Amino acid sequence: MSNGRFGIYGGRYIPETLMNAVIELEAAYNHYKNDEEFNRELQELLINYAGRPSRLYYAKNMTEDLKGAKIYLKREDLNHTGSHKINNVLGQVLLAKKMGKTRVIAETGAGQHGVATATAAALLGLECEIFMGKEDTERQALNVFRMRLLGAKVHAVTTGTQTLKDAVNEALREWTSRVEDTHYVIGSVMGPHPFPEIVRDFQSIIGKEVKEQILKAEGKLPDVIIACVGGGSNAMGIFYDFIDNPEVKLIGCEAAGEGLDTDRHAATMAKGKIGIFHGMKSYFCQDEYGQIAPVYSISAGLDYPGIGPEHAYLKDIERAQYVAITDREAVEAFEYLSITEGIIPAIESAHAVAYAMKLAPKMKKDEIIVVNLSGRGDKDVAAIARYKGENIYE
Amino acid sequence: MNRINRVFSNGKAFIPFITAGDPNLEITKQLVYELANLGVDMIELGIPFSDPVAEGPVIQAADNRALLAGTTTDQIFDMVKEIRKACDVPLAFMTYINPVFSYGTEHFIKNSKEAGIDALIIPDLPFEEREEAKPYCNKYEIAFISMIAPTSGERIKNIAGQAEGFIYCVSSLGVTGIRDKIGMDAADMIKSAKAVKDIPCAVGFGISTPEQARAMAEISDGIIVGSAIVKIIERYGKDCIKPVSEYVKTMLQAIK
Repeated sequence: MSNGRFGIYGGRYIPETLMNAVIELEAAYNHYKNDEEFNRELQELLINYAGRPSRLYYAKNMTEDLKGAKIYLKREDLNHTGSHKINNVLGQVLLAKKMGKTRVIAETGAGQHGVATATAAALLGLECEIFMGKEDTERQALNVFRMRLLGAKVHAVTTGTQTLKDAVNEALREWTSRVEDTHYVIGSVMGPHPFPEIVRDFQSIIGKEVKEQILKAEGKLPDVIIACVGGGSNAMGIFYDFIDNPEVKLIGCEAAGEGLDTDRHAATMAKGKIGIFHGMKSYFCQDEYGQIAPVYSISAGLDYPGIGPEHAYLKDIERAQYVAITDREAVEAFEYLSITEGIIPAIESAHAVAYAMKLAPKMKKDEIIVVNLSGRGDKDVAAIARYKGENIYE
Repeated sequence: MNRINRVFSNGKAFIPFITAGDPNLEITKQLVYELANLGVDMIELGIPFSDPVAEGPVIQAADNRALLAGTTTDQIFDMVKEIRKACDVPLAFMTYINPVFSYGTEHFIKNSKEAGIDALIIPDLPFEEREEAKPYCNKYEIAFISMIAPTSGERIKNIAGQAEGFIYCVSSLGVTGIRDKIGMDAADMIKSAKAVKDIPCAVGFGISTPEQARAMAEISDGIIVGSAIVKIIERYGKDCIKPVSEYVKTMLQAIK
């Protein structure tokens, strides 16, 4: 995949002001990804700071209850800062530092990527500013305070739908105005080349570990891997090492919100069409004139009208399959995993759990499903209580 | 003389930008007539986009107003056709790649030509991705306008080498908007571009006062003013024609 293309998808559709920055980033990344010292430092951080490798946990209760395939959970929720986001962020912030940047900026939806970026910036001594849609700052107020605690400045974005898409817009605008000393830590496998590739590479550790762990535990590869997709970083991370194993089915779960028959969803694959936005050619929810559609999901992390270009490619070549999970199904899975396994998943990850709950009973007992549990659900507890009509505020 | 070649034939060019449909398409049409009567050299018509990432808050708000008013690409084509019955001021479309791509790039460019558009500016379509639209611009004889920025450096050579119509020089880092001070890198950028190709260079982003206009006109072939005008439209709404006209007169006096 050269020139940042995955089939027809990807590319770099950004203002001229940013072109040299992404070209410089590409050169730096191509250099450092093969640099021994960089990789040693990153490895060290991933092990001793982030807590890798994350566990591959056999969900015995869930498996017995669903009476079908064996279910394993890849416990990215146990990483430092509570999600897979730290994998990418440690790589990018370390890279930014090597490039001589003194400041990082990032967008965030649920706040997981913002918290991870603020954490890495605090650790590595870089200035940090986070852009977050105002609606999301309200949905995820605790994460806002967390980021401030970590020394980051948080900007509540009040333009557009005041969610993740608008946070990306503002971060891009900010990067345009201060590109020399600033690196934009994009949080998903999206944006202009080389971001989709960089983020995928840093996240691909998830799939590499799963491969080793499942071979050790079961002596064979899984039949199905399930992950949630917003921009698609945790999914790309767990899929990537299995792309050349066609016997392993790869399934991405996007947010159907209140249902695909309503206009309150964020189901880019099911309802979107090809477009060019946020630096990339991919699928986007948009109207007939190419205006980006307001999207909705109970999960702030999946509430995004686009998807990473490599996912669009995997869909077109039918290497991966994408399904949509409603708010209601995700909340049910959130509660189910809590009560069945004693694990409270992020509401994003609960979308993947929900599909595993549908699929497992239809599979044989000697078949294996791996679910990427991309984050922990502490951040969502208050929102789920509110969804259930309980009057809890953070 | 073809309209695009006329833009820089009357001294320094003054190129105002307005968002089509802000506050509605009827006012946009009247603004075009008024600006043409005042003698501006080209008008940039913005096709509103939901997520204009190269725009500052003033033009973002204008795009929003236009979209809330129900403005669509097809209505804008119709308006341009209407305008062309009475007025032959050079016209450029400025919009983002997604409204163009989703319309069908060739279809969009063909319709633009048929409506009477002379040039197309797409800020999120950089040099490396020009194949997305440039071949169709060539086919239908619309000038595909290239942009250069203070960060362009060595890229200016390639960009200027392929440029046509004129080069849009982004005066400073950041998004569109009114600024107190504008760095002077614009002069160097223009020098580098002209060393490669003898092509008019117009400066945009951040110009609002007659003093800035004069300073920028001195080092370039023309200036593009957007946010300062759009701000007047925001303030006066449907009564914006006269105040916009007054403002544009002072800017024209400053550079002509």
